[in-house]
This record gives sequence, C-alpha cells and structure tokens, in this order.
Amino acid sequence: MNSRIGYIAFNTFREAVRDRVLYNLIAFALLLSGAAILVGEISIDIERLVVVNLGLTAVSLFGVVIAIFIGIGLVSKEIDKRTLYTVLSRPVRRWEFVVGKFFGLTGTLVVNTFFMALGVFLALLYVAHKFEKMDGWVLVALYFIVLQFLMVCALALFFSSFSTPLMSAVFTFALFVIGSLAEDLRGFARITHGLAGWIATAVAYVVPNFSALNVISQVAHGDAVPGRLILYNSVYALLYSTMAISGAVLIFQRRNLK
Amino acid sequence: MTAAWRVNLAAAVVLLFSMAGVAAMLDAIDRTRSGNAAEESLYLRSPKMLRRLSLGYTGLLADIYWTRAVQYFGEQHHSGTGDFRLLAPLLEITTELDPKLLPAYQFGATFLAPKPPNGAGLPGSALALMRYGIEHNPDQWRLYYNLGFLYYTELKDYAHAAQAFAQGAQLPVTNEFMPILAARMAQHAGEFDTARMLWFTTYQSTKESQIRENAVEHLLALQVDEDVTRLEQVVEKYRLQTGRWPGSMSDLERAGLIHGTPTDPKGHPYRLMAEGRIEVQDPQNIYFITKGLPPGAAPPQPPRQASK
Amino acid sequence: MAAIEILDLEKSYLVGFWRKRQKLALRPLRLTIEEGEVFGFLGPNGAGKTTTLKLLMGLVFPTAGTARILGKNLDDPEVKSQVGFLPEQPYFYDHLSARELLNYYGQLSGMPAKGRSARVEQMLARVGLSDSAGLQLRKFSKGMLQRVGLAQAILHDPKLVFLDEPMSGLDPMGRREVRDLIQQLRNEGKTVFFSTHILSDAEALCDRVGIIHQGELRGVGAVADLTSETRGKVEIIFYSQTVPVGLTSLGAEARVSGDMVNAVVPEEQQDAALEVLRRERLRLISLTPVRSSLEEYYIQKLQPAEAGDDARADDSRDKENRKGAGV
Repeated sequence: MNSRIGYIAFNTFREAVRDRVLYNLIAFALLLSGAAILVGEISIDIERLVVVNLGLTAVSLFGVVIAIFIGIGLVSKEIDKRTLYTVLSRPVRRWEFVVGKFFGLTGTLVVNTFFMALGVFLALLYVAHKFEKMDGWVLVALYFIVLQFLMVCALALFFSSFSTPLMSAVFTFALFVIGSLAEDLRGFARITHGLAGWIATAVAYVVPNFSALNVISQVAHGDAVPGRLILYNSVYALLYSTMAISGAVLIFQRRNLK
Repeated sequence: MTAAWRVNLAAAVVLLFSMAGVAAMLDAIDRTRSGNAAEESLYLRSPKMLRRLSLGYTGLLADIYWTRAVQYFGEQHHSGTGDFRLLAPLLEITTELDPKLLPAYQFGATFLAPKPPNGAGLPGSALALMRYGIEHNPDQWRLYYNLGFLYYTELKDYAHAAQAFAQGAQLPVTNEFMPILAARMAQHAGEFDTARMLWFTTYQSTKESQIRENAVEHLLALQVDEDVTRLEQVVEKYRLQTGRWPGSMSDLERAGLIHGTPTDPKGHPYRLMAEGRIEVQDPQNIYFITKGLPPGAAPPQPPRQASK
Repeated sequence: MAAIEILDLEKSYLVGFWRKRQKLALRPLRLTIEEGEVFGFLGPNGAGKTTTLKLLMGLVFPTAGTARILGKNLDDPEVKSQVGFLPEQPYFYDHLSARELLNYYGQLSGMPAKGRSARVEQMLARVGLSDSAGLQLRKFSKGMLQRVGLAQAILHDPKLVFLDEPMSGLDPMGRREVRDLIQQLRNEGKTVFFSTHILSDAEALCDRVGIIHQGELRGVGAVADLTSETRGKVEIIFYSQTVPVGLTSLGAEARVSGDMVNAVVPEEQQDAALEVLRRERLRLISLTPVRSSLEEYYIQKLQPAEAGDDARADDSRDKENRKGAGV
C-alpha cells in the first residue's frame, strides 16, 4: 500500500481514539454484562439466544452510529477547519486522502468490533459455561457486520465529499434504513410494473443491501450460513464500498476547497 | 491537467466496474437466499410483539409485511413447490399491524383456503382472517362477500354463505350482487350462474393482479364447463332423435341443433369424441375446468406463472 | 528559471441559490516570480490574495489559465515536495502535539524516516516551540498555532515557501521573529511568496511587491525602486505668510500653513526657486527631493480607473530592473 495512505489512515485512527470514540466500548460492556447477568438469573432456556441477539444487534448499531458520525465529518470537517490545506499542499493526491480516510475509519471500527466481539463471547461463556460448535456462526455474523461497516463508512465518506455533515448524516442514515429493507424493496420492484417498476428496480440495485448481511437471528438460532453467501456477501460489500469510494474520489477530485 | 485526469479516468472505470459487479452480486445473493428471506422475516412470529417493536410505525411495517406476503406467494407459485406455509403468518402479521388493510383480507380469502398447489389449503385460517377483518371493519361489504365466498366455494356450507352475503347486503355501501347471491345460496340454484357471479364480483372488487388473473381463469373455466355440459345435452338429444351418436359437429348443425362450430373461450373448436363426449382441444390451456377433459385426466392447474 | 509563472490564472465562483450569478474572485492574473526572490502580495482583505494562493496550491481550480511552479505543472505531485505553505489563520489536527503534527507532515512530504525527528526538533526550536512540543494543539494559542504553521511550511526544506498573512495573530515580538525568519529564508536562497495587508512588513522584507485589489493585479514593482525613486520634484519649505509670485510662475504647487510655506517645484526649477527666496529674503527651512513611499504607491494603485495598462507597464519595466539588479 501507498505509504501516504497508510499515514493518513493511521492519523485518522489516532484522531478517533484520542477523541474518545472507543469509550462506547464501556457502554457496550455495561449493556452486555447487565443483560448476561439478568438472563443468567432468570434462566428461561434462551440465554444463548438473548446474548447473541442482543450482543450482535448492539455491535451493529453501535458501529453504524460511529461509522456515520465519524464518516460524515471525515472530509467536510477537514475542509471546514482547513486542516486539509496543509495536507494537500504536500505531495498527497486527493484520492490518497479519501482512501486513507476510509481505511482509517474502517480500521477504527475493526478494532472496536474486535473488542465488542470479545465481549459477546465472554458473555456467551458466562451464560452457557462452554462454547458450542454453532457459536462459530456468530463469528460469521460478526464478519458480516464488519462488511456492513465498510459499506456505511464508504457511503458516509461519499456524502461527506460533497455535502454538509448534517445532510450527510441524514442521507447515510436514510440509506442504512432503506438498505436494511433492501430485500423488501427488491421484492417490491419485482411485483411492480411500468415506470414505477423500472425506478424501483434501479433503486433496488443502487441502495446497499444490508438484508443479506444481517444473519443475526439466524445464527442466534444456531443455523448455518451457506458458504456461498459468505463469498457473495464479501465480494458484494467490497465492490459496493469501492463503488462509493470511487464516486467520492470523482467528486472530491474537482471540489474547490472554500 | 493530465495527472488529475488520469485519476478521474481510473476512478470512473473503477466506478463502472464495481457497479456492474454489485448488480451481479446482488442477483447471486438473491438466488442463494430466495425463500430464505421470507423465512427470516418470520423469526418473530408474534404479531403483538412486532407491533410493540415497530415503535409506532405500524402502518409502514404493515405495508412491508403486505409486500412480503404478495411477493412470497408470487415466488412460491412461480417455483411450483405448492408450499405456502408462510402465507398465513405473513397475512396475520400484516392485518394485526394494520387491521384496515383490506387487500390483505381479499388475498387471504382467495389464496389461503384452496388446496395446494393453488393455495395454502388452510380454510380455517382463511375463515379466521375474515372474521378478524369483519370485527375491525364491520362496514366493509367485501369482507362479508369474501366470507360468503369461502363458505360457498371451499366449504360448501350454503347456510353460512347465505348468512354472510345477507349481512353484507344490508350495509349502507354494498354491491348490487350481494342480495342476489344471498338468495341464490338459499336456493342452491343455478350453479354456473352463481359461481360466475361470485368470480365476477371478485374480479370487479379488486385491483390486485394475482387475484384478478385467478378470477379470470375461473370465469373462463366456468364458461367451458357450461359449454361442455350444454353440448353434451345436445348430443344426447341427437341420439334420441336419430338413434345413433353424431359423427361430427356438422351432423349436429345439419340436424339444426347448433349454429356454427362451437368454440371454447380461447377460440379453439370443441371436439366431438366417441360416445358423444365433448373435449376441449388443448386441456392444458384452460385451467380449473372440470369438464371437457380426456377420460381420467386431472383438472389442469395454472402453470408456474410466467415471470413478470 | 522562474520560481512561479502565473499565466492568466482566473477564478470565478457561481453564487446564489441557482448558482447562476458569477462572482469574479480573480481576474486574469499574469505574474512571474524569480527564484530567490521575496515577493509581497499586497491588498486589502478580500482582494484575491488567498484565492491566488489556493489556486497555486491546487486547493481550488482555476476557471481559466495555468501556472507553473518551479517549471512544473500545478498538478504535478513532484512540485509539492519542494513547496511549503502556511495558510491564513492556520488550524491543525488538534488531537496531535506539535511534535506529532510535524512528524506526520514530514511523513506526508516523503521525508525519509532517518533524520526526520531531528529535523522536527530543529524546526520546533527555530519557531520557539521546543518547550510546548509535547502539548496537544488544542491547548495552543493563536500565536503558537501560527508558529506551528511556519514550522510545518519550512519543515521539509522547500525551495519555495508560500505564506498567507504570516504576521497575523502575532504579538510584536512574534512579528519580529517572523520577519527574521523570512530574512533567513532569503539568505538561504529560498523563494518566498507572501501575502499581507501590512505595508511596513512588505517594505522591510520584499524585493518586489504586487498590489491586488478587487481580484485584479493593480501594479508590480521593486520596493527599492518605489521608495528611492525621485519623481523629478523637490519640496521646499520656508518661512513666509504668502506665496511669492515668482514661485508660482515657476509652476510650483504651494500651500501656506501658519507662517510656513510648503512648495513643490520641478527639479530643474530648483535653482530658480532658491533664487526667488533669496531675492525675497525668505528663510529656507528645508529642501528635499520628493520620494514616493510604498504606502503612497499602494494607495494610488487602489484608486479605481487606471488599472490594466499600468500594471503591465510596471511589470515590463520591472523585469528590466531585476536583470539589472541581479539578485
């Protein structure tokens, strides 16, 4: 990797850490340990289910909130504060800046998710006293959640490259919600005809498909995730992020920095 | 600015390729997950729990579940498995979230009760859905109509059917056929006409394309059944007059019993078979017919729907 | 080789809700700055100084025209490693300490790891921040940030330094230090292009100045010429309550103030004018050639009317001057 991208990514990561982003882990730990203890007390035979469902949902939501709130400021904050001037007056290409920012933010989220995942497995151990084979699928669900973060980061960065932070947040959050219902949208597109059908189909292809990345309930029930889905989802998330990032680069390339 | 344009060009190329890749992957993911999606949407089967979790956005959630139900039925129908297990819970959740979503009741009345592969084969669920609907929408004649329809076509319970149509007929806003249907039920008379009126009313009172197509097919089949019955009566009459079976349709015409060559609703002439039986030319072409079939043939079913 | 060649660089923004109105930020600007020169870009706030610098740094894109820095195109990444830039009222990543920031910028500038931290310490010392180098920048005052900005601009030993209002936000002591720093850069043979609206700074530091107003270059000149140039007139001050008739006939512009008269006459009439005074027995107070100050030049260029031709004439004259001076 281009070393400048690495430096920018590391600086982004360092900024997130010093801005106390990782403090969310404390809230997460409190939530999860509270839930684990509570479920352990009640013991109604669904401890594992509750811990996996609650844990993974929290991992996903915490991460998405972080991705959106840091992601939307990645570019626009640097323009507003004019920190970008002294960066771009160095031998740094604009695309390197965008890509570096993306890696920095996803790196932050990967580290964050790693600690959260650790928490989920500890809680599982606490309520079930041992690991089972099907707990392996929880790892797949966590992997899918990270893929989801990649896409949200890329989208936030994309909007951030031309819009204000507030609008970027609105757009990204809207796409997150729509993307979570993407399969319904695709279904809707399939049973709609005429112009509306065309539009629905086009929209269904452009919005991120988070439905297929959400296997939380499935793994909570101990169901397997097909290997092909893991492959397709990986390729899909990478391509989608690439798409959003290259869009961001195209816009940012010609952006005048006020 | 050559360096900048090189970056632009590269980014544009990457953008296009990744867009194409995204579309291809989405299709692949869909193929991997077809059916799975509806299954997953029902991990939470308690409509009341869903209602609580919807944070008050029940209308939107109901619409989403309604779309899922229609899509699920269409997909299952298309795949030809005849497996509609999830239709009932999907419709129950939809109507629990929004009890005034009338199309959902009509869909349920049409597709929940019939035996597979035309429906889920759950007349009990269908009746329960209609009663729930009437409870929440007591002024909608369509729901009474659907209830009567279910009693008549699926359960052959003419007394309850008559009662449902009669109740619906008394509403301030109702359909002109409702009192007639109520009367017909009481007499059990004119099977074809009654059935025709029912399917016609169904057709008329909905905009949902799957229900409409279904009603049209039934109307066509009724026409065939009626034609075949009448033609066979004519053949019998010919035999009584001449003492032998007619050799062709033109024998009947020469005897002045029919005018021209009778054709089925799709325009194919009916065929006169041995021993005066009447058959349609292409039995696979008209669904739901009970008459005019080759001996021993099962009533044809709608094929896997052509993809839309 | 010219350090900066600006070839009709032009920038206009589309403003208004529908982005239909055009606002001209910079009219076609043509300017050449030689290597080793200290050039002051003067103009009131909002004149287009910052726009010019942003165009040269590739932060905004020109509507028309091009520029070459050190003989290379603006978007040539090579250029940036030989250029340092201090933006106006700089603001930096405030989660970093001054040392970390300089180190980061050193990395981005492609400075080899070996010797980088030594260079960072050296720069911190040079701008007087050694003591607070480990402090996060969010705790820095405006003046300290300005110093960090200077340090980062010269960190990678660039050949060419762009400074946007380098003295703003500094106390008198700080201004003094920045002046010294620019002086040192000049001695090291660097090219310095700085913008300011403070004339005394420009007068003290610059080889040449350009005056920009309302997005238009109004004039360029060598400071030495502008301030030493006699305009062929002398000012004569003497005791008198009236202007002698003989003086007026020599074409003098005279003004009476109290018991003193202040008269300006063409240089060739100097002797004749003194003769008049002697004849009238008036006491001479002083006789000095009239020098124009930079301020006078500046004010004159800011007047509307005489725009384009003037600037171009100045420019060509200027080039000759430079050749002669051979800086």
